[in-house]
Amino acid sequence: MDLTYTEEEQDFRARLRVWLGKTLPELPAKPSPDDWPGRRAYDAGWQRRLYDAGYAGLHWPVDAGGRGATPTQHLIFLEETERAGAPYVGANFVGLLHAGPTIAAEGTAAQRARWLPPVLRGDEVWCQGFSEPGAGSDLASLRTRAVRDGDDYVITGSKIWTSHAEVADWCELLVRTDPISEAVPKHRGISWLAMPMDAPGVTVRPLRTLAGSTEFAEMFLDEVRVPVANRVGAENDGWRVTMVTLSFERGTAFVGEVVACRRTLGELARTAKANGRWDDPVLRRRLGRLYGEFGALWRLTQWNVSESERTGGVPGIGGSVFKLAYSHARQELYDTAAEVLGADSLVLDEEWVLDRLSSLSYTIAAGTSQIQQNIVAERILGLPKGR
Amino acid sequence: MDFRLTEEQQDLRAGVRDLLAGRYGREALRASVDSGGALDRGLWRELGGAGFFALRLPEPDGGVGLGLPEAVLVFEEAGRALLPGPLVATHLAAGTVPGAAEGTAVVTALDLDGPLVAHLADADAVLGVPSLPSGEPVRSADPLTPLHRVAAPGSAVAAYRDEGALLTAALQTGSALRTVELAVRYAQEREQFGQPIGAFQAVKHLCAQMLVRAEVARTALYAAAVTADPAEVAGAKLLADEAAVRNARDCLQVHGGMGFTWEADVHLHLKRAWVRARQWRTAGEAEEALAAELLTAAR
Repeated sequence: MDLTYTEEEQDFRARLRVWLGKTLPELPAKPSPDDWPGRRAYDAGWQRRLYDAGYAGLHWPVDAGGRGATPTQHLIFLEETERAGAPYVGANFVGLLHAGPTIAAEGTAAQRARWLPPVLRGDEVWCQGFSEPGAGSDLASLRTRAVRDGDDYVITGSKIWTSHAEVADWCELLVRTDPISEAVPKHRGISWLAMPMDAPGVTVRPLRTLAGSTEFAEMFLDEVRVPVANRVGAENDGWRVTMVTLSFERGTAFVGEVVACRRTLGELARTAKANGRWDDPVLRRRLGRLYGEFGALWRLTQWNVSESERTGGVPGIGGSVFKLAYSHARQELYDTAAEVLGADSLVLDEEWVLDRLSSLSYTIAAGTSQIQQNIVAERILGLPKGR
Repeated sequence: MDFRLTEEQQDLRAGVRDLLAGRYGREALRASVDSGGALDRGLWRELGGAGFFALRLPEPDGGVGLGLPEAVLVFEEAGRALLPGPLVATHLAAGTVPGAAEGTAVVTALDLDGPLVAHLADADAVLGVPSLPSGEPVRSADPLTPLHRVAAPGSAVAAYRDEGALLTAALQTGSALRTVELAVRYAQEREQFGQPIGAFQAVKHLCAQMLVRAEVARTALYAAAVTADPAEVAGAKLLADEAAVRNARDCLQVHGGMGFTWEADVHLHLKRAWVRARQWRTAGEAEEALAAELLTAAR
């Protein structure tokens, strides 16, 4: 049990801090949350700065254009950028954390050369076309069909909850290349395709969330032609390819957020002290408990990173344990914030109020808490599959 | 940074688990219950001989010379086995109370948040107190933790509060992890409606949440053992208390009617968890300590 950082890791942190201190003041003003082209340009500018400084794709393998950093260095990177108030990964999320790592792990040399450098430079934005109206948590039931026609697949169907679809250049798309039948289990017969978003037949319709934002979109695919060469992995092997993607999603995806939540907790304590609510012992103790919980979640992050160093950087199913605890704690944090703010928690301009609304998605997105509980029960505890 | 256990630490934990499985298995546990919770002096001396109490004393003083992380691993195993007795107080007394390190003396402490003392009748000394106080025996909720009511509880344990809380958190964490195992095993064996009850999501989700609670508590515990930071210790105690109590309750629920019987061990885990939650640092005290630290850190 060693929580100290090596000299090399400390050097890495120190150099990163210097660079952040120099670079962050140069950034332009943040665009408004509803200005999608502005947000894309802002996120691209940040990614380009990271690229030029050698921090892009830090944890990607070197032969995929990354820096081959250890999980601990990646942890330090996420911790320091969040602490310094650097921009979030934003519109580049899918490219850097889903599609990119998947192509790096499963793509051909030509596919890596075509798609990875623009992601690292911030030139191309990806979105994720996984969920469908009839296939959310039961992702393997997806029905969007791809029929082979010469060197193309012809795709018909629809997708939903497609983040950043409005500004994306590419979509990591799951399609059914072999119909569901008695003979074929439904998680077979799925393929992973890179679909250009400007292909004829692609229609994107923004979805308004309960937070009032249009982060998501519906996507309709009407005889869209995608070259067979855009398939990553073998035909009908897309489920396994996807599991590679999802394991990355559940790994270090929340490191920066845990750091941010701890900072938010500090702001809440200061606010409560200033507005007198700190004197309420029930509320004060609730804040104290959250401080303990987020402290533990930070340590759990370090634990998972230590574990993933052993497995060569592929995060394990410990991510499900983390996600269950974290998504609950995050919602409790913002409910507590509402207690600190009092009636002001009803004023939508307040950043904490928007965060409270968006925290409602955490027990649903990236596998609902119920799905995560099944994963923990079946794969870690060894309980039988059932219903 | 490598948070994982070293090989030596894993070996230590496995060794203690084997020792306790052999010396204090289920039959010994039930025999203790039948005897009304009197301490087994022979077992106490064996624990002393194995270095249980002298673990953190320097080697020149006859100790093992290990640190808090190792002590936490050992106490986690004691919690898993439901080992009775004032383990934490005697460990803390090693080096100051004669015989504590060797396990020839039983040392208790005024560590409860009220005028009750555990294991007073069996004790040779009370931590930080010059002479044994007199007390009236009361019926204890935990059949393996006899209690006495004393006149003035005093504040003799202030100097030991953090280490006492940390080691108690380790006992709680061990218990929390053990009740996950008990629940999972029962859910795999017990059949209803033609299948193991563990195939039902309602039961599965109870078990999954038990593991989440125990793992979060364990991580907080190990980190607190490494840093010895008072706020992290308070957090570890808070989370471990909750994991031990709630996991025992969920384990009882998974066992259904069987869980409500004296014969099932579940109630022993729950009742001990209740005792430990009142020792060294209650949830309210831990939350206040954490709140104070949060405010300091936020300035």
